[in-house]
Amino acid sequence: MTRLINDGYDVVEEMLEGYTKAHPEYVKLLEHDGRVVVSQKRSKDSKVGIIIGGGSGHEPLFLGYVGENFADAAVIGNVNTSPSPEPCYNAVKAVDTGKGCLYLYGNYAGDVLNFDMGAEMAAEDGIRVETVLVTDDVYSSENREERRGVAGDVFVFKAAAGAAAKGLDLDEVKRIAEKCNSNTYSMGVALSSCTLPATGKPIFHMDEGDMEVGMGIHGEPGIRRAKAEPADKVVDEILKYILEDMKIKGGEEVYVLVNGLGALALMDLYICYRRVAQVLEEKGVKIYKSLVGNYATSMDMAGMSITLTKLDDELKEYLDYPCDTPYMKIK
Amino acid sequence: MSELVLGKDFFVEVMKDLHDMIEVQRDYLTGLDSDIGDGDHGINLSIGFRAVVEKLEAMDAETEDISSFLRKVGMTLLGKVGGASGPLYGSFFMKAGDDVKGKTEVTFEEFCGMIANGVKAVQTRGKAEIGDKTMIDALVPGIEVLLDEKNKDKDPIEVFTACVEKMKEGAESTIPLVAKKGRAMRLGERAIGHKDPGSESSWMIMEVFLNRLKKL
Repeated sequence: MTRLINDGYDVVEEMLEGYTKAHPEYVKLLEHDGRVVVSQKRSKDSKVGIIIGGGSGHEPLFLGYVGENFADAAVIGNVNTSPSPEPCYNAVKAVDTGKGCLYLYGNYAGDVLNFDMGAEMAAEDGIRVETVLVTDDVYSSENREERRGVAGDVFVFKAAAGAAAKGLDLDEVKRIAEKCNSNTYSMGVALSSCTLPATGKPIFHMDEGDMEVGMGIHGEPGIRRAKAEPADKVVDEILKYILEDMKIKGGEEVYVLVNGLGALALMDLYICYRRVAQVLEEKGVKIYKSLVGNYATSMDMAGMSITLTKLDDELKEYLDYPCDTPYMKIK
Repeated sequence: MSELVLGKDFFVEVMKDLHDMIEVQRDYLTGLDSDIGDGDHGINLSIGFRAVVEKLEAMDAETEDISSFLRKVGMTLLGKVGGASGPLYGSFFMKAGDDVKGKTEVTFEEFCGMIANGVKAVQTRGKAEIGDKTMIDALVPGIEVLLDEKNKDKDPIEVFTACVEKMKEGAESTIPLVAKKGRAMRLGERAIGHKDPGSESSWMIMEVFLNRLKKL
């Protein structure tokens, strides 16, 4: 697909310039580090700092969730590439209020290397930084702790941020994030590749009219490639994997996210959502609330993912905790 | 070993060569990464070495010895590249000069020790073992050649050529492997049949050193 950009090597800086100019009441870039987006609506009270981040190209993830009672800072990497250690550290210095910080990001080797180095640097300054890796992509590994993080980021970040906003300490905020993560399950389908800005080429080849079930958010290979099938059939297949893995029982409650990967029509997402609701109703699973839209994308990739988070009263409280950012408003 | 002596200018020139090589190989490396990873290895290295070349004159002027110069190169890669290759290649250059601090020229033997120190730093940071389908599969067999006592009196070019050949073989050896690290880890058996992009770029980087050695 054709992108509407300037030099492919300038996309991240130009996007950040646009984003911060569009939403100056919410965010600014750190003066001494243009890869750290900091909230302009940080609480006056001392609280645990919530720092999210990762590669660019998943907007509104991560910068769209920086604001009041959500993330205090987002650390921004190159396209599909984790940020380097320095901005991870600078984010801590910028938002720590003495109660420590929590790093939250999807589980990828590069992100772990860089954020860990950032945390080591902060530890040398006597600032405690803990980490919770999001591992929601059901098909990416049998082992929960090896799984990739995809759209489930949104729920895990939100729960942690709600707990921090309420004033919980770092250990508790971390516990809530881990609890939300272990109850969050996602899987997606891609209908086309994203186009890398630096090369102007797709990340992988896909014939027009094909789909790949289980593909990752950076185009990591999935379960099977085939001619695209009707929405209901694809949703049924994805939900089968998710529901088997989460072992959910009738009567339990879930938060649903039907997430667009960037280039799929909102119409299609609602058609998929309709089927999700039908299947969950058949199984007796209650839908507590839902999000439908582009929350964690892969630039111009066409496709969608389904995320279910199993809820209890505690998770509901923090997921419902009021927040205000350019891409997430809860009253 | 022979009397080959490498000055700081050797390393400065290598950085330009590395930049040029990466620009040529960018799309090839990115393609390897698309097969089993996230399709950006070549792009990230090009972002890194473009930044290195941009700051090259300043980094050369600001530093007296080889070790501090390479440290600055490593810091630039660490800061600009991100991902896994930023910390790994960044650590390689940051630690390579640890045993030759203060020196403005090194013997070939010292140079081999520098490469070995760099590889050790990659291992420490990435925590990968041989057979994990990473750049370690290429780097470790290569430094075994450089550190081999039997090679001590041989011609440096011959020794370094053998090192690069071993690294190439090491990269080839990743093709049938299941990945134990990095993004490809989650592919399980689906990674079989694909070469690890980091193992490929690491022998290519060593070949750039070799070609510059031949020009001395």
